[in-house]
Amino acid sequence: MLDLEFMRLAFAVGAIVGVLAPAVGFFLVQRRQSLVGDGIGHVAFAGVAAGYLLHVSPVLTALVAAVLGAIAIELLRSRGGTAGDQALALVFYTGIALGVVLVSTAGALNVNLFQYLFGSILTVTRSDLALVGLLGGVALCALGLAYRALVGVTLDQEAARVQGLPVPALNVLVAALAATTVALSMRIVGILLIAALMVLPVIAAGRVAWSMLSTLLIAVGIGLVSVLAGLTISYYGDLPPGGTIVLVAAGSFVLCSALALLRR
Amino acid sequence: MSLTVELRDVSFSYPGGPPVLAAVDFAVAPGDFVAIAGPNGGGKTTLLRVVLGLERPTSGAALLFGDAAVRCTHRSEIAYLAQRAQAGGEAPVTVRELVAAGRLASGRLLGPLRRGDRAIADEAIVRVGLASHARSPLRTLSGGMQQRAFIAKALAAKPALLVLDEPTTGVDAASQESLAELLAELHTELGVTILYVSHEFGAVENVVQRVVLVRGGIVFDGAPSELPGVWHDPSHHHA
Repeated sequence: MLDLEFMRLAFAVGAIVGVLAPAVGFFLVQRRQSLVGDGIGHVAFAGVAAGYLLHVSPVLTALVAAVLGAIAIELLRSRGGTAGDQALALVFYTGIALGVVLVSTAGALNVNLFQYLFGSILTVTRSDLALVGLLGGVALCALGLAYRALVGVTLDQEAARVQGLPVPALNVLVAALAATTVALSMRIVGILLIAALMVLPVIAAGRVAWSMLSTLLIAVGIGLVSVLAGLTISYYGDLPPGGTIVLVAAGSFVLCSALALLRR
Repeated sequence: MSLTVELRDVSFSYPGGPPVLAAVDFAVAPGDFVAIAGPNGGGKTTLLRVVLGLERPTSGAALLFGDAAVRCTHRSEIAYLAQRAQAGGEAPVTVRELVAAGRLASGRLLGPLRRGDRAIADEAIVRVGLASHARSPLRTLSGGMQQRAFIAKALAAKPALLVLDEPTTGVDAASQESLAELLAELHTELGVTILYVSHEFGAVENVVQRVVLVRGGIVFDGAPSELPGVWHDPSHHHA
């Protein structure tokens, strides 16, 4: 399997995505914003469509659209007086509607689009790997540096504000990291399923973890194993990678829940 | 030395709403231990939000450490325990992780926790009597112990001003009494200024220097011993 270059590329990109998605998702789940990744994914779809229309790399246009969408959700929620779920709904549906109109205008309602919606292991290129490696590395460094501050704000946002911590900036950072993760992961996992890879490993880890840090590390481990195992199964079983990866991650939830029950 | 908190003729109403506070004059000097009490809906929490600069007064001036409260530059010196403080989020945060977060404002914001900050956090855990539970997930502790963990987080900031909003909600009577003892100890030993906001102040009536009753404005401000009998909190009796 690893004799084939497309599989090596898929594994390399997958490994980065497998680590990054749950690491960012950890903060979304702690803030009870588990569905934000899904909303950003739908905006990324509009970005992909814009890429087709403008003949620019869809990954880049998806990245721009996702970052703008994520910051819009955050600003609507924190400054615009809109409830969190309403802010999400506004951006979510506007994104998907814009995507459908743009895709139709570009005449791109075809198989190519499916690789972005559901992921594909055949189409990962060397330039994808370079982009994912670079931005993924930057995102992971940012997460590492800001980890304590993000945990502090997650634990008690009001106290953090009173103490003068840069709460809005940290919230925008989480939104931007989530958007970057969605854009980088869509080639492998697909826009419709990327949010699951951000959230399911974290929920599973929460069943067996004993601290914030252990939750994060176990979630990253589950994410990585889910992607690598999912890609392998997908190769031998000729199955779509996104769905396979997410099913493995969902399986980890069942396994962790069983472990938690045994420990009682 | 400037006052820690000063409200000058402060009135406040939410947009389009009736006045919540009218013509409030209120000051807290460094080292004071003040209970702010009053019925629910009387404006205690609003008063606190104006004091902390989270709301701008409709008229009058709110000062915090001598600065306009909304633009206060000494925020790292404040520790705030929100009403029924609960660790937000789903993950099992440990006592040590929670308390370490208290070092963010006065210690380093980015990068790993420094050794000195860790020592300060550990010292705060010992002070509130949770040393043997430092590694325990917060959710496995009783309400009273969780409250102590939040106080340790507040102490880890080495605050000049400690603000507690309804700290006894959901905490049993015995834990309320021991919370009052802990606060009295912190006040005496560390000299920290304490604002204790609660609709029931019986637990701290014997340890605070001043009680301020809020009911749309300040209706009483003085020593607990000067309180008219009908306003004493009947849920606690002290010798």
